[in-house]
Amino acid sequence: MTDAIRAEGLVKQFKGKRALDGVDLTATTGAVLGVLGPNGSGKTTTVRILSTLLQPDEGRAEVGGFDVVRQPHEVRRLIGLTGQYAAVDAELSGTENLVLIARLLGFDRSQARARSTELLERFELSDAAGRPAKTYSGGMRRRLDLAASLVGRPALLYLDEPTTGLDPHSRNGLWDVVRGLVDDGVTVLLTTQYLEEADQLADDIMVLDHGRVISQGTPEQLKNHAGNQVLELQTVEPEQLSLATKIIEAVTSSPVTSDTVRARVPVTDAAVLPEVVRRLDEQGVAVAELSLRKPSLDEVFLALTGHTADEETAGATANEGNRA
Amino acid sequence: MSAVTSPSRSDLPAGAPAAPGSITPISTVQNGLQLAWRSVLKIKANPEEVLGLTFMPIMFVTLFVFVFGQAMMGDWQTYRDFLMPGIIAQSVVFATLGTGFALCQDVEKGIFDRFRSLPIARSAPLIGAILGDLVRYSITVVMVLVVGLAIGFRPEGGVLGVLGAAAVVLLFAFALCWMSAFVGMMVRTPMAVQSFGMILMFPLTFGSSAFVDPQTMPSWMRVVAENNPVTHLVDAMRGLMLGGDVAGPVAWTLLWSAIFVGVFFPLAVWAYRRRT
Ligand SMILES: Nc1ncnc2c1ncn2[C@@H]1O[C@H](COP(=O)(O)OP(=O)(O)OP(=O)(O)O)[C@@H](O)[C@H]1O
Ligand SMILES: [Mg+2]
Repeated sequence: MTDAIRAEGLVKQFKGKRALDGVDLTATTGAVLGVLGPNGSGKTTTVRILSTLLQPDEGRAEVGGFDVVRQPHEVRRLIGLTGQYAAVDAELSGTENLVLIARLLGFDRSQARARSTELLERFELSDAAGRPAKTYSGGMRRRLDLAASLVGRPALLYLDEPTTGLDPHSRNGLWDVVRGLVDDGVTVLLTTQYLEEADQLADDIMVLDHGRVISQGTPEQLKNHAGNQVLELQTVEPEQLSLATKIIEAVTSSPVTSDTVRARVPVTDAAVLPEVVRRLDEQGVAVAELSLRKPSLDEVFLALTGHTADEETAGATANEGNRA
Repeated sequence: MSAVTSPSRSDLPAGAPAAPGSITPISTVQNGLQLAWRSVLKIKANPEEVLGLTFMPIMFVTLFVFVFGQAMMGDWQTYRDFLMPGIIAQSVVFATLGTGFALCQDVEKGIFDRFRSLPIARSAPLIGAILGDLVRYSITVVMVLVVGLAIGFRPEGGVLGVLGAAAVVLLFAFALCWMSAFVGMMVRTPMAVQSFGMILMFPLTFGSSAFVDPQTMPSWMRVVAENNPVTHLVDAMRGLMLGGDVAGPVAWTLLWSAIFVGVFFPLAVWAYRRRT
């Protein structure tokens, strides 16, 4: 087993503020590494360092065995980059955008055309091929951007929040593309704020928070890391939910979190389940759904950081506003 | 680190041409030309740009000649001949703002990130942008000339004189656009390039011999105007197009161009490398 990316102790400061605070990272060749973290956690900074756009203040990183600082050209020959914001030229057509990249990568004129046609077809953009990219929808632009990063058939692909702002259909399409690339042997580093996305695609997940790696492992390991199982319940009558919540609280003696539809509680012992069912029955609560499952990555994140990804997002967005 | 091996290109699906092995001056120029092609495509794709490049010269020449002509020099024909070299210079000097604007936009939109993640010379996007802009400046020169010819401008210098003047103004523009590129790399938004550029360009063009003979200006303004690089440029163009002193102003223009390149080329490259 070889590693496509190896980074040790990456530190990056912006005006004294530590965006990365000693990040170690390993991506296995041919696998998907998911970098999961809320706004401002350092995902983009990590990607920019690993794609030679930014130099780390401390630490080192190798991509395909080449040092990102000392051998950037060799690294650039291996990678494709789809940044967080679609980096296509809005005034050029889809074809022109892709042909330009192909020509820069050393394709001759006819090869460049052929490659562009092939990619536009693959990303369902053939009909819009001749239109300026500024007339594309957000999703189309993202697909064109991804196509542009694949022109040179990179061995290693960086995807920085590739599905942010995509509708479910486009998102599923993109997931399929990523799976297809992995089948072709491409190594993928994918950043995301969506726990589900990391769970769906990644072989390994690294959780970033405030520029530090707070956890790393397979999705399975991460879920185990959070330890408990989760009992989740939904009542037929929403009005009965609060009564149900009280019952579960009494049985498990742990704090129950509930929204308007569901109640959740971490449990250590699966034996509480029959007891819960019995008491609910006694009190005449009609149960629509009752399950015992491994925690979701959202709950893992909560367990790891003590705060939910959403809370952090709200805070970071406010900071973002101040910065602009 | 011995376990780290490079994913070899032979593992990849067939059909990918070998990515450029190393950066050579030839590959840099090739990439620069490919990126210049992009700038030219953008002119074509952008109707406002085409409108700006064609309509502005028509408007400027017409307004200046017919509004100010009589008052300036007694009759509009004399002022037209005086004005033409000046207005070509002014149009091109203002057009250099576009360089900084476009570069800033590319950085802001992340398009440069894509280029910089490709195995091409880091300077290629900068070279491409500036080569592409030379095309834009040439169009500007031709458009202003066409309008001038349409209202009876018949330069005594003939075709050679006009070509000479065009060469001088394009050289000057090439030098000046490094200043614009520097501004574009230093400020955050294209709008800021616009405002900042205007502050630079207005005194540079209007405080020169482009529209008015500096002899008529109050003494302090005259000193400014006579030492303004644009004055040397316009005087050189007048000499070439209309007859008169050529060697002196051309030499000054070349000197100023060299100064602009000498100062702003390194600054622009520095700012470009540092902008992340
Ligand atoms: N060019 C910069 N100048 C100043 N601060 C920066 C710069 N780039 C990033 N930062 C700061 O570094 C921190 C990490 O930013 P980064 O963009 O890597 O986060 P992220 O995880 O990609 O967030 P998001 O989910 O919002 O994209 C943030 O606090 C951000 O404000
Ligand atoms: Mg980001």
